[in-house]
Amino acid sequence: MTPSGTEANGGASNLLRTSSQMRRRQRRGLIAKFSLLAALMVAVAALVTLIVTILNSSFGLVAVENAQSPGDLVTSRGYPEGTALGDLSKEDLVALLEAEISTNLGRRFEREQRFFDSRLVFEDPYVLNDLCMSGEPPPACYLPARSPSDVEALVVERVVSPTIVGTWSFFSSVFDRDEVEVFAAEKYPAAELEFRSWLSWDFVTSPQSPEPAFAGIRTALFGSLWVVLITLVFSFPVGVGAAIYLEEYARENRLNAILQTNINNLAGVPSIIYGMLGLAIFVRTLEVITSGSFLGTGGEATANGRTIISAGLTLGLLILPIIIINAQEAIRAVPGSLRQAGMALGSTRWQTVRSHVLPNALSGILTGTILAVARALGETAPLVVVGASTFITTDPAGPFSKFTVLPIQIYQWTSRPQDEFRNIAAAAILALLVLLLTLNTAAVILRNKYSRRTA
Amino acid sequence: MTTVGKPEVNEKKRVDLDVPMETSTGMGLDTVAMEAVDLNAFYGKFRAVRDVNLSFRDKQITALIGPSGCGKSTLLRTLNRMNDLVPGARAEGEVRFHGQNIFDASVDPVELRRRVGMVFQKPNPFPKTIYQNVAWGARINGIKKDLDDLVEHSLRQAALWDEVKDKVDESGYSLSGGQQQRLCIARAIAVKPEIILMDEPTSALDPVATLRIEELIQELKVNYTIIIVTHNMQQAARASDYTVFLNMDPDRAGYVVEAGTTGALFTNPAKQETEDYITGRFG
Repeated sequence: MTPSGTEANGGASNLLRTSSQMRRRQRRGLIAKFSLLAALMVAVAALVTLIVTILNSSFGLVAVENAQSPGDLVTSRGYPEGTALGDLSKEDLVALLEAEISTNLGRRFEREQRFFDSRLVFEDPYVLNDLCMSGEPPPACYLPARSPSDVEALVVERVVSPTIVGTWSFFSSVFDRDEVEVFAAEKYPAAELEFRSWLSWDFVTSPQSPEPAFAGIRTALFGSLWVVLITLVFSFPVGVGAAIYLEEYARENRLNAILQTNINNLAGVPSIIYGMLGLAIFVRTLEVITSGSFLGTGGEATANGRTIISAGLTLGLLILPIIIINAQEAIRAVPGSLRQAGMALGSTRWQTVRSHVLPNALSGILTGTILAVARALGETAPLVVVGASTFITTDPAGPFSKFTVLPIQIYQWTSRPQDEFRNIAAAAILALLVLLLTLNTAAVILRNKYSRRTA
Repeated sequence: MTTVGKPEVNEKKRVDLDVPMETSTGMGLDTVAMEAVDLNAFYGKFRAVRDVNLSFRDKQITALIGPSGCGKSTLLRTLNRMNDLVPGARAEGEVRFHGQNIFDASVDPVELRRRVGMVFQKPNPFPKTIYQNVAWGARINGIKKDLDDLVEHSLRQAALWDEVKDKVDESGYSLSGGQQQRLCIARAIAVKPEIILMDEPTSALDPVATLRIEELIQELKVNYTIIIVTHNMQQAARASDYTVFLNMDPDRAGYVVEAGTTGALFTNPAKQETEDYITGRFG
């Protein structure tokens, strides 16, 4: 403390005494601090509630009723009691099917995929031969025979035919287990109570099914990945290119100012509008291209223009302004002194941009792109308009396939009346979150790698 | 490459030098590296530099001094058309370099900047290694052979080699401020310019680093023409051969008050304005 300072305070002892004005200042500071903390708490509480709700529906007890018990089926084929269905030979499993399902259903399965390469079980060889000679041969004509585990899955689905008759949330399953058991024993005497994780490997790898117990998200997952890939391939180069032009080349004139304002506004246009745009442009006008018929690949399998490529381009348009704006900010954040240094050495504008501006803006550009892609991955409305399939069991084979995506699958499941669909919807939400997290982590790693290289 | 008719150069210069100049004190008959004729620089409607007529001597150090905002930097940046990069900036009049007006449509500003290099106020190395900092300019100008030699030679010329020879693969940012500025000078040298423009190269440095740069500038004079803007009158007096004093008119446009050898200008200024400024009565 300077001597003049102590004098102004009227002696050293006053330094330690808090004046009333100081107390007021401190109090205001505290109020501000706690208000900010409260805001953070609200945000955290909302997030935690969301996650807990989803987890609560994704795991829990279920009451399962089998049409036929697996134990009885196993012993009926002469195996000792306690043998699992999976241990049966393929012949025995097929024999079970033969005994239990109708011939018509068997024929349908056999046309999808044969049970044995050597013989036919349900189908008449001549009929199948004729079918294979026809213009549209069924898959059985070119696919190899079903594997034992495929046959086992069929037996479980069609013969054992477990039905979930009751489900409980995670919390009641854990904390009120006794009550649940009493209730289940009373209401579903034939059912067995088991703990089920709705999110499982089977769930991720199975296609859609009308039975919630067998439904999975494989088709939607592949659909989402394909759509996001197309989105990225389209919007990243176009968006970053536009951003570079606007920041580094465009002059400050009225036209460019209007352009910039419009791009900013486009980022706020409701996504359903982009859906209408996509429907008009990609699905209808460019149908020849988006259906793949210009390549000769169109046919029964495609859905006119309602294909992955239409969806990907639509979402690409949707996130284009976001990518442009973020890339512009990243480019603008590169210090002008670097550009000047480059230009003063006799480099062209592009050499400076290429060697100095882009490497330094890259991490920012990538961050913006990640956010944009995450948004594309979660979009539902525009894809409903563009025409994503609501029920589809075949995986997309390429950009010209019909498709569904995870958010649409989730939306569709949550609108079903049965309880179990809400459980698988929650599991699908978890899968979507995991997918988003994985993509984000990958991008963050990529970004750190680049920013380390240039620093 | 802008091809310039070499034999005509000297003749044309002599002719141009006969043009009566407002401030031709002591500057004229020696070889001229660059020459401004009736040069005006504008930012939009604002005139920042007014009617400048100057010749810059070959292989000599010319200092531009004057109060803040008098257009020293604008003038400097006009000489290699770096001001073209500022939106709304334009220049009228002529700057002659090898007998050619650098504002001619036939002059490629990229090639001009290669031959008239620049060092900035704040050290601005690229966020790359020391080696890449020096080699980049050469590489983009098409020099691919013997880059190692070129880097070493440039760093030696910038009096930095001994300090960094063991760590040329480290980031340019790992150096101290003064070293960074010498790295920037090495980077400018590596593209083999004829003239180096320096915009207050020591204003961000401490006195010791400043002194090193000043010594370096003296050494560079053997090979390069140097035009340096400085705020520091002692620096101009210490480190330059010629000094140009600029001032601001009531419209805030900079104009040349007086130019001459540094000795003459500081000891025996011709104008009262100059004397007021160098004796510290204003500015």
